[in-house]
Amino acid sequence: MKLRENDHIVGYVFISPFILGFLIFTLFPMFSSLYFSFTEYDLLSAPRWVGLSNYEKMFTDDDKIMDSIRVTLTYVLTSVPSRLIIALLVAMLLNRAVKGIGLYRATYYLPSLIGGSVAVSIMWRQIFGDKGLINAFLDTIGIHTTISWIGYPATALGTLVLLSVWQFGSSMLIFLAGLKNIPGTYYEAASVDGAGPIRKFFHITLPLLSPIILFNLILQTISGFLTFTPAYIISNGEGGPLNNTLLYSLYLFHRAFVFFEMGYASAMAWFMLILIGLITLVIFKTSKYWVHYES
Amino acid sequence: MVLRAKNVKTVLYHLIVCIIAVTAIYPILWLVASSLKPNDEIYTTATSLIPSRLEWNNYVSGWKGFAGNTFATFMKNSFIIVILSTIGAVVSSALVGYGFARIRFAGSKFWFSAVMLTLLLPHDVTIISQYVLFAKIGWLSSFKPIIVPQFFGIPFFIFLIMQFIRTIPPELDEAAKMDGCSKYSIFYKIIVPLIVPALVTSAIFSFYWRWDDFYTPLLYLNNPSQYPVSLALKLFLDSESLNNWGGMFAMSTLSLVPIFVVFIIFQKYIVDGISTSGLKG
Repeated sequence: MKLRENDHIVGYVFISPFILGFLIFTLFPMFSSLYFSFTEYDLLSAPRWVGLSNYEKMFTDDDKIMDSIRVTLTYVLTSVPSRLIIALLVAMLLNRAVKGIGLYRATYYLPSLIGGSVAVSIMWRQIFGDKGLINAFLDTIGIHTTISWIGYPATALGTLVLLSVWQFGSSMLIFLAGLKNIPGTYYEAASVDGAGPIRKFFHITLPLLSPIILFNLILQTISGFLTFTPAYIISNGEGGPLNNTLLYSLYLFHRAFVFFEMGYASAMAWFMLILIGLITLVIFKTSKYWVHYES
Repeated sequence: MVLRAKNVKTVLYHLIVCIIAVTAIYPILWLVASSLKPNDEIYTTATSLIPSRLEWNNYVSGWKGFAGNTFATFMKNSFIIVILSTIGAVVSSALVGYGFARIRFAGSKFWFSAVMLTLLLPHDVTIISQYVLFAKIGWLSSFKPIIVPQFFGIPFFIFLIMQFIRTIPPELDEAAKMDGCSKYSIFYKIIVPLIVPALVTSAIFSFYWRWDDFYTPLLYLNNPSQYPVSLALKLFLDSESLNNWGGMFAMSTLSLVPIFVVFIIFQKYIVDGISTSGLKG
């Protein structure tokens, strides 16, 4: 009896760093940002209670936020599925014993490895600039264009999507690990039954990988919503042209740390939390129709 | 006939795999090539990966940095932030991970769900209040807001280390307990040596995330003498230095060197870490 009590204390000693951190850096900030979201607060004077007016303003009196929601949803809905599909296809391509497979695996992973760095965003900015690699390449195949892909409203967001898709490597590694866990006997049995590669893909590979796909989908959707650095670097912190790269996180950053509208930015953060929560919930709820768990 | 069809298939396979490999790596090669081209050549010969002559001077002019702060300062800042953060993240996460994996205590489930909540919570929700908090206690314009929070356990690493500890037979703990070891000495003498691979994996990812981190330094640091490399690179894009393309490419390339070096040394840990835990690279 005494030993068990002792264990309770020891347990708390070991997890105490997390408890402290959770209270100071997660729980307290969550509640205070919820409070700030009902106030007007510029950091200099005390927060002033304004009720729901920040939230009202978001939906009635702020065109930019609507732009940023549109841009962010477009970004997430295009980049996350494309990246996952490409990652899966490439993983299937690499899931065989071929000479030099390790080298290919490492090469495909390199973009993900350096993907979060400012250097890569700077590089992307130059590649898609008016005199960058893309235009030079188009020029050599006879298409002459002088537009700056990052400066042209219709294509600016596309360059961010491409940057994200280019970094398919870490998802590919996760899929590859999943593919290796599928017993070869399943495919052999299917071959005996006369199933072709397409049937095998839809009846064996996809169902058995579905839990991993779900996991990837949720984590990447959340991190897609939080994308900041490439949009900041590529648009010079402005989210332009015509707000077309104004991802939600970037706009929130503007409101909070450029204009010091802490109350309004907190309301934005809470709206984002609710939006991400809803989307995650929808993915979870619909997952029972497509995620297959082995029991 | 059968053999020939198989050969064609093999060639086709390698062709496709190679094309993807080239697409993946070409932009990186382009960055490195541009860092060695003379300034006027970068955009006139954009498709070529080979400079007419190697312009090492880009590295010299880039290294000079901005307003008296050379890249020696920025590198030093980055390493201070990254090393201290990583020590904090790994040590605290190991303690917490062991607590959850091996000790049965009241409320452990509750606190573990708090770990999962922290893992999934978008940082935008807490960042504003954290900023206000750090502003109130006078920590702005210092490394403290960047480093100190790392000492309180990082959910991803807690999870990773916990899973790893669970693969270690509990009989080892039992045997040590028979010999009179307390939970503390079991952790220190038995568990820590056995979980080195998980600690190394966590350390590598902590290194990558802190090295690449742009947002936190952007928020908390105002004085260029405190900038880490990530933030310093951005200065090349600000108008007054807009012309030193070569220097910008050179320092961008240089900023990737530590990432590649760590990758080459610890490749196995990185691939295993991603494959088993879904850690993002």
